[in-house]
Amino acid sequence: MTLEWMAWTPITASFFIFIGLVLMGMTVWQIVSPTVESKGFLPMPTTRGDRLFIGLLGSCYILLAWIGLTELSLWIALALCFLFLGLTLRFG
Amino acid sequence: MRINLRQAALLAYLFFLLLPIYWLVNMSFKETDEILGVFSLLPEHFTWANYKMIFTDPSWYTGYINSIKYVAMNTVISLSVALPAAYGFSRFSFMGDKHMFFWLLTNRMSPPAVFLLPFFQFYQTVGLFDTHIAVALAHCLFNVPLAVWILEGFMSGVPREIDETAFIDGYSFPRFFFTIFIPLIRAGIGVTAFFCFMFSWVELLLARTLTTVNAKPIAAVMTRTISAAGMDWGGLAAAGVLTMVPGVIVIWFVRNYMAKGFALGRV
Amino acid sequence: MSKWEDNKAWFLVLPVFLVVAFSAIIPLMTVVNYSVQDILGPGDRVFVGDEWYRDVLTDFRLHEALWRQIVYSFCVLAIEVPLGIGVALTLPKKGWGVSACLVLLALPLLIPWNVVGTIWVVFSRPDIGLTGVTLNNLFGIPYNFTANPVHSWLTVLIMDVWHWTPLVILLCYAGLRAIPEAYYQAAKIDGASRFAVFRYIQLPKMRGVLLIAVLLRFMDSFMIYTEPFVLTGGGPGNSTTFLSQYLTKMAVGQFDLGPAAAFSLVYFLIILLFSYIFYTVISSFDKGEA
Repeated sequence: MTLEWMAWTPITASFFIFIGLVLMGMTVWQIVSPTVESKGFLPMPTTRGDRLFIGLLGSCYILLAWIGLTELSLWIALALCFLFLGLTLRFG
Repeated sequence: MRINLRQAALLAYLFFLLLPIYWLVNMSFKETDEILGVFSLLPEHFTWANYKMIFTDPSWYTGYINSIKYVAMNTVISLSVALPAAYGFSRFSFMGDKHMFFWLLTNRMSPPAVFLLPFFQFYQTVGLFDTHIAVALAHCLFNVPLAVWILEGFMSGVPREIDETAFIDGYSFPRFFFTIFIPLIRAGIGVTAFFCFMFSWVELLLARTLTTVNAKPIAAVMTRTISAAGMDWGGLAAAGVLTMVPGVIVIWFVRNYMAKGFALGRV
Repeated sequence: MSKWEDNKAWFLVLPVFLVVAFSAIIPLMTVVNYSVQDILGPGDRVFVGDEWYRDVLTDFRLHEALWRQIVYSFCVLAIEVPLGIGVALTLPKKGWGVSACLVLLALPLLIPWNVVGTIWVVFSRPDIGLTGVTLNNLFGIPYNFTANPVHSWLTVLIMDVWHWTPLVILLCYAGLRAIPEAYYQAAKIDGASRFAVFRYIQLPKMRGVLLIAVLLRFMDSFMIYTEPFVLTGGGPGNSTTFLSQYLTKMAVGQFDLGPAAAFSLVYFLIILLFSYIFYTVISSFDKGEA
């Protein structure tokens, strides 16, 4: 059995490796210092994992909106995503 | 007995519910000429020919056998992996448990159409295409989360003291689980099996896409007849009636717990 | 929470994780891979970046299908939830009628989805169907769901109501059964009206199951495929083509792997967002209750 049917490309592979690394990092972080539920600018109290999920999901929507509405380079959108992810993780 | 407004409303609803089913059953006992030519509320020439056709034509009855095979496989797989997991979710809090639970639920919520393409490619690559186990595994996508969800609700209803007492009495975990705990949640297992059976039985999209000949489910056999030009309405109706039979049998066994099954699960 | 803290519980969850990962994560990764490439054949593919996404997001037929889907899901909820509550209230509380009603009510849920479609085809066809013939001949209404978009819409909607309202009823009924008899007696002593009992006792107690019902009905109606496929085939025109049908047509019918994959992901993200909102609302509601 080969992996050819999955049609991997460098970009998608690095995307999943990135997600995997983030998840591992979050696990280690959780072991080192367990998260406390806190209330930020989001409407409900969240843990670190919740904020990560909201950040990632929000990033997907930013990218989709960018592609759907503008013709500009995706790198700008990607930068926006990281900014959003950082903000949610820190202040969400 | 005086029938009040409430009962009348209920009866009206049940009438609406049964009317289409009545029409299907009615049609299954008619000859094709009568279906197309005469409009009659009861069959004028009552006939078993449509049913006889299904039970003697292999392309029809193997469809039933295929469906029952993969539904049974799926129910067994779903239950056996969901039981320990539901116990884990109901008794322990562990790292990432809430996210895990949500992730499981998203699979119940995601459209099967999304997974159609990769399943198709994947099963063809590993040579499982057009086998019963392929459909059974594909249906695990939505049945396993559902099973975990329902079982977790039932298990949370069992007081934790029972586990503690058993462990103090020197029961090992497997012995406790199989001899004490499983009998306690019999009803829950029954309801879960019912829901797994039901959702695997009624699903068509994945079952149809992942099979061609050997594991073709009855539902797909029926769509083939629909797309054919000269239609055999009577046979189609008879096949439809027969697909309801297993459901009715299963439902009779769990009728008292059925409503509970959905309501108990935490979302 | 009165639960044991123990990360070893992961071993109990592991089998489920593996099974679902096998049938969810690997396919999802594949979809992501497909969505950025033009798959020309086995081993022959070209990286195209965001092209498919741009196509999908600016495809007006898809926007139409999405709007149709949203309107449809909204109609389904607006009819089925009140009807479900209403019928659940009329169900008997004890006696042989309970089992009989529950079995009858659950019947439509157990019929394979394409047979549901078939039932409604033979039930509504203007030449051989009961409603079709009755409406046309007795009332003189030129009803024909294969030619008139409005009729086909109504038929698909009524079919869904027929098919899925029982689920809402069963859930509400389970919620109603959980109300202690003492509540009703207290209300009787206070001389509360029938409406007051419903508004202040029954409805609040049903809130939990109602949320589940809304969640399930929303999701399932949002990914409806088989029933309209059999009943109307998405027509006349595209008037009953919903998202899943559009996607299936792309993926299996035309074998446009790339665009279908991009569409799948957009579809999946929409569902994911809605489930997350529902899930958060419900679980924060549960916490408030406890």
